[in-house]
Amino acid sequence: MLNIFKYEFKMYQKSILLWMISIVGLLFAMMAFYPSFGNDSEILEKMLKNYPEELLKAFGMSGGIPLSSVLGYFVFTFVLVQLCLAIQAANYGFSILSVEEREFTADYLMSKPVSRVRIINAKFLAALLALTITNIVTWIGSFGCIEIFREGKEYDATKLIILLATILLFQLVFLTVGMAISVVLRRIRSVLTFSISLAFGTYILNSVRAIVGGETLGYLSPFYHFDPAYILKNGNLDISMVLISIVFIIVSVSVTYVFYLKRDIYSL
Amino acid sequence: MPEVFLNHANAYSRIRVYFMNMPKEGKLMNIIETNKLTKYYGKSPGIIDVSMEVKEKEIFGFIGPNGAGKSTTIRTLMGLIFPTSGKAEIFGKNCMKEGPNIRRDIGYLPSEVFYYERMKVIDLLNYTAGFFKKDCKNRMNELAEIMELDLNRRIEDLSYGNKKKVGIVQGLLHSPKLIILDEPTSGLDPLMQQKFFDIIKKENEKGTTIFFSSHILSEVQELCNRVAIIKDGSIIRTEDIKTLRENNYKKITIRGDKIDQSKFKIKGVTKIVNGKNEFKFFYKGDINKMTNAISSEKLKDVLIEEPTLEEIFMHYYK
Repeated sequence: MLNIFKYEFKMYQKSILLWMISIVGLLFAMMAFYPSFGNDSEILEKMLKNYPEELLKAFGMSGGIPLSSVLGYFVFTFVLVQLCLAIQAANYGFSILSVEEREFTADYLMSKPVSRVRIINAKFLAALLALTITNIVTWIGSFGCIEIFREGKEYDATKLIILLATILLFQLVFLTVGMAISVVLRRIRSVLTFSISLAFGTYILNSVRAIVGGETLGYLSPFYHFDPAYILKNGNLDISMVLISIVFIIVSVSVTYVFYLKRDIYSL
Repeated sequence: MPEVFLNHANAYSRIRVYFMNMPKEGKLMNIIETNKLTKYYGKSPGIIDVSMEVKEKEIFGFIGPNGAGKSTTIRTLMGLIFPTSGKAEIFGKNCMKEGPNIRRDIGYLPSEVFYYERMKVIDLLNYTAGFFKKDCKNRMNELAEIMELDLNRRIEDLSYGNKKKVGIVQGLLHSPKLIILDEPTSGLDPLMQQKFFDIIKKENEKGTTIFFSSHILSEVQELCNRVAIIKDGSIIRTEDIKTLRENNYKKITIRGDKIDQSKFKIKGVTKIVNGKNEFKFFYKGDINKMTNAISSEKLKDVLIEEPTLEEIFMHYYK
């Protein structure tokens, strides 16, 4: 199993690097505007009040935290970071098992003395390690950018820690759902199409929920389960929503194992 | 209990299991055994009731035209696809339930070879060796040398023939007890084919069982001791290679302006087709009688070929 894990992780190295640069770059680019936002906060708040409430809700800017505060502005940035993290995790999820069949290397791998359970375990752990590294870098990037651009303004670090602590679980939902879908479908031709669709689909679902109100649509979106505005406003997680995410993960992992263990591997 | 006694007890039980698994004197054990193995792809059948036994140290040919079910049978044996019904065992173990254990002693070369494109050959071979709990380095280098394989090139830069060589080395580097080959020679030039056959023969001399699938009759005839013939998903006959050699048909085409067909009324001539200035038939028998008949005619051209498997199946294994 270690053999596969090492190979898989090696394959992730370039991707991890690209995602790290993208996420830190995004955090830096967005937070760099904070000083000018903070200075003109009154004008900005007035301007935002003129926008329809639905639009602000759709972009997660109606959480009750002023945009002029460090964390208020960070929420606005973090939603975009979440979107990147979702695409990355979904990408790995859709790809890790399907790549062997798409590139016809499954014959090679599965003719070796290794069970399918061990193949899933090794690939899953390699992806998890890749996400954990991205996660650590996101933590460092978030704190670093806030420190650089907050200009002496105070913020509640505990709330930020709670928010950042949700990343791994948030990404796990996309990773496992991606894996489950990839083993249920006969073949995934374009991983990027699937991962972007899943990430943007659930993001839009949450935006629609924000506009129409209610919670039902939110049940299906990890963006709602780990809503940054809620976390920073209340200083805690919505446990019932987190539980829904955990159920998603458990169901997806179960589906992955059950289907993959019975799956026929077709040749060219 | 002192450790020394425990070690003795373990050794005793291992020796006992070894002798229990040994075949009775003179009787070779079945390395591969299938019983009514059936696989449906949706509603269309892949293989139906495939039953066969491959004995230890045998080179067993598995021959049939394209789409007959050869790869389906092999993929089921390798645990890549799951049978709809029936039983498949290798080394006396169920292929589905004990796949990883079985595959420790199998070398497999599929008909189409695909490896991780961005890897170097040496990295792929080391990766392969990592799956087996033994030192494969010497054998790996030995095979790479015989196959004239450049270990430092990337897989994506290799021609199909060279990828096939990688397939051969990665399939044999762990010195398996059973080698399963699915149309192994496609993409190899004749020189490499011969080298490959030599390797296979040497492996067999060392006691390795070979399961050789092909649609080329001549290569099966060169290598195998026994052959199973598969057509439309079912095994239609299992024959000794001697019998297959006796059925050594030739496809003969004669061209000339005035051919006296009566001269070719020799025992063993079948499936006669008359064309314009052309006379085609199959022949099985004394080749001297035939060459005498041919030389007695004034001909423009003569063609003596091996019939394709399809032709043999169409007319002799209906």
